[in-house]
Amino acid sequence: MTEDPKGKIIICRCNDVTLKEIEDLIEGGITDIEEIKRLTRIGMGPCQGRTCIPLVISIIARKAGKKPGEIPVPATRVPVRPVMMGVLAGEMGDDDEE
Amino acid sequence: MRSEAKTVIIGGGIIGLSIAYNLAKLGESDVVVLEKGYLGNGSTFRCGTGIRQQFNDEANIRMMKRSVELWKGLSEELGMDVEFTQSGYLFLIYEKDELEAFKNNVRLQNRFGVPSRIITPEEAKEIVPPLNTNGVIAAAWNHTDGKANPFKAVFAYAEAAKRLGVEIYEYTEAKDIRVEEGKIKTVVTNRGEIKTGRVINAANAWAPLINKMAGVPIKIPIEPYKHQGVKTEPIKPGQIEPMVISFKHGGVYLTQEAYQGGVIGGYGLKYGPTYDITPTYEFLRGVSYRFSQIIPALKYVNVIRIWGGFYAETPDHNAAIGRINEIDEFYIAAGFSGHGFMLAPAVAEALAEFIVDGKTDKPLDFYDPYRFERGELRGQALQMG
Repeated sequence: MTEDPKGKIIICRCNDVTLKEIEDLIEGGITDIEEIKRLTRIGMGPCQGRTCIPLVISIIARKAGKKPGEIPVPATRVPVRPVMMGVLAGEMGDDDEE
Repeated sequence: MRSEAKTVIIGGGIIGLSIAYNLAKLGESDVVVLEKGYLGNGSTFRCGTGIRQQFNDEANIRMMKRSVELWKGLSEELGMDVEFTQSGYLFLIYEKDELEAFKNNVRLQNRFGVPSRIITPEEAKEIVPPLNTNGVIAAAWNHTDGKANPFKAVFAYAEAAKRLGVEIYEYTEAKDIRVEEGKIKTVVTNRGEIKTGRVINAANAWAPLINKMAGVPIKIPIEPYKHQGVKTEPIKPGQIEPMVISFKHGGVYLTQEAYQGGVIGGYGLKYGPTYDITPTYEFLRGVSYRFSQIIPALKYVNVIRIWGGFYAETPDHNAAIGRINEIDEFYIAAGFSGHGFMLAPAVAEALAEFIVDGKTDKPLDFYDPYRFERGELRGQALQMG
């Protein structure tokens, strides 16, 4: 059996989501980027979708016959870059917790 | 969109979709679900994933026991992996009077077949190795509680419901409900009108607006409060398998996602009533501080995102579920106060039975929507976050 090369093309590098997974969802009728996000976790990794969201928008546009401009960009979540909990807690380097 | 349906369910979250599925399973045809955004976008997709039977009252314990039975078979029944795991719930106990209250809860839970027990701090540390047990005098532990993936669960119910003939309309907002002489005639939406004789209000945070449209004459106080969640980068699997709870640290709850490895959770910082769910820096700092106190190693783990969501709260933190007698065939299942995801399978089963057969063996009466009108509140349901 030959493997579909789309199963090897990584679209989301944070969560290892392939082109095939995204195309399969769209072919199954799920064309809403918010839903594709939840089902595959694109845009939910440390990069906040910087790499994958534009790619996914173009895939949806091509497969579902929409204009890229019609596809809303999902919410960007705080923090914009990953930050260590200790830094946010103001306790970094202070190891004497109770 | 179709112009006529026997049943119109308003709200495409886990509650609305699971009710649709259960109605169809009992043979009801012509069921339609209206969702004003995308599926799950209200509360379900923003929830903390936890599924627990450790409540402090009979009805919630019995409902959750049934719910867990259903969760166990849900992946198979719905034909999609909802990632349910029985990884347990661990309540950290710091004070003597807290311990007494938990002992009473455990006795009650045991009476209804939930195998919770009080364990030592050492046993707690065996279950969650990186736990900081300083000050912990005991813990309440139930290994049959667990967690599941809200995204997958919503789609699993939606797809299974569709296979049974349910039609789901997204981006379709209910604008008005026409009622004449106590009978529902039409639901007006932004995409046209649907003639129907039965409406189920499963809009949770927006349920009061739907009640108002239909002219529900009784007081059902449901208010939307902003709660927030946090997610970290993945850490080594199996570090924090159960949901870990500490009321001492401000109602904090946290667990490691079973399939993804990131730590997810929140604490009891709430804003509202409000429909604004913008995340706040106050939460980001507060949750980081509390998580690091319970699991010190989390200080060195990156937060990758926070988000806002709703607890649609009632005064006793229990949902309003049942029939509205003044309007023929108008039902409500809303105001879940942060427990909707975990309760959904049992609530949907019970309400569908109640609608189709006129009775159910589950304790739906407890959630009687008329209790607010009568001033008979239930005991406060244990609520985290």
